[in-house]
Amino acid sequence: MPGPVVAVVGAGQAGFQAASSLRQEGFAGRVVLIGDEPGLPYQRPPLSKSYLAGESGLDELLLRPGAFYEKQEIELVSGDAVTAIDRPARRLRLASGGTLACDHLVLATGARCRTLPVPGADLDGVFALRTLADADILRERLAVAGEVVVVGAGFIGLEFAAVAIGAGCAVHVVEVTTHPMGRVVSAETSRFFTRAHRDWGATISLGAGITRILDDGRRVTAVETTDGRVLPADLVLVCIGVLPNTELAGEAGLTVDNGIAVDEYLATADPAVSAIGDCANFPTPYALSRVRLESVQNGVDQARAVAARIAGKRVGPYDKVPWFWSDQRDLKLQIAGITVGHDAAVLRGDPESRSFSVFCFRGDLLIGVESVNRPADHIVARRLLAGDPRLNPEQAGDESYDLKAHMARKP
Amino acid sequence: MPSITYVHTDGSREVLDVPLGTSVMRGAILNGVDGIVAECGGEMMCATCHVYVEEPYLDRTPAQSDDEKAMLEFTASERKPNSRLSCQLVVTQEMDGLVVYLPESQV
Repeated sequence: MPGPVVAVVGAGQAGFQAASSLRQEGFAGRVVLIGDEPGLPYQRPPLSKSYLAGESGLDELLLRPGAFYEKQEIELVSGDAVTAIDRPARRLRLASGGTLACDHLVLATGARCRTLPVPGADLDGVFALRTLADADILRERLAVAGEVVVVGAGFIGLEFAAVAIGAGCAVHVVEVTTHPMGRVVSAETSRFFTRAHRDWGATISLGAGITRILDDGRRVTAVETTDGRVLPADLVLVCIGVLPNTELAGEAGLTVDNGIAVDEYLATADPAVSAIGDCANFPTPYALSRVRLESVQNGVDQARAVAARIAGKRVGPYDKVPWFWSDQRDLKLQIAGITVGHDAAVLRGDPESRSFSVFCFRGDLLIGVESVNRPADHIVARRLLAGDPRLNPEQAGDESYDLKAHMARKP
Repeated sequence: MPSITYVHTDGSREVLDVPLGTSVMRGAILNGVDGIVAECGGEMMCATCHVYVEEPYLDRTPAQSDDEKAMLEFTASERKPNSRLSCQLVVTQEMDGLVVYLPESQV
């Protein structure tokens, strides 16, 4: 195929979306999608939820069947990694030995799990959860595990804990801060989920780190905490956040600062190189500083924006409202906006009813809403944040105040 | 296997055999039907698998949950009385012959 070549590095949700959106936007050149995992691109969210629990299979994980890539003329290169970017020559070097010339490069390299810097972190029975291969091993081991220790109470840790409890395991979650999911949710939501997990039967230790992981010479037997306890374990999941995959960009001379630095059009300082998804650090109207977000929504919307720009469409600065979700047993948490940095949290509804929202304000400004089993509030929040976020705390907290009517009001 | 017909906005039709227990959304994705995006993978977070169900089949489809009703507020194309999220239309034998119309846009 003649014409320009776009290489997309990373075949996760963002990379996949960039490749398919290029075609939807009418881009007629070559599209090469390169991923270092084997097989077809898949969705990660179910890996810590329905797929882990054995409620869904591989077919349901795949973003599209193999025939899609042929039909769309997307050249999918699986199981190969880009090892270097030669920017002056506009060429990529591949682990398999080949090179690829490209006119535009989209970096969707994602992130990798942080590892625990303690003795025993590489023992048999200590796992991370990011890839399909990780989930496949965990599915097997969970079926025969008795005592599970989860290190880190973020989304992944708590989702995993919920599935492990469901599988009949004794679960102990160890979190170094005092607020589970505290990096992304308010203290109110954090406390609610902490209590819910305790009610389901998990033990949660807050303010405790890990000093080492013990074994019997063959495999893991226990975890030792900073407060001197030894917690028995035959399976340990370490989920203490991720690191963005920025090495390729850094070695190619691009600016890296908690992610690959891009402008409001998601381009790096080199206009022929863009970065999207978990690996990108970008300016946003939804926070006071630049951010790097780890979510499906962020990856997909940024992919669409970059694809439209490369295809020659007129695009404005990237300004999609961020949203996130997490499923933990009967609780569906939906977050609209970025609630970090709020100075007032207003409850709408009663947490006892297991259906409520937390409206987060910074000064007078609504900056985000966390909803538990309350999708209507979430939808209103996404709309409000995208348009005119004026809503005062009294209105937010008054359940008799009609939010849908509020949105329909004249300015 | 129940037969499901997907009607594109240009009037063209794709008729697929979708296994029992599979959603109308997943049937479209696995068979490469354009016009269903399914960004969230069936978690009722995105409203990008919106379809219009042909009237006679409406009462043979599963009831709408509150989550689905809320998400249908967020469709890119107009919400109509026969609007559904196709991820929630898990195929049963009674749905054999179901006809769904794809909307102008999903995003």
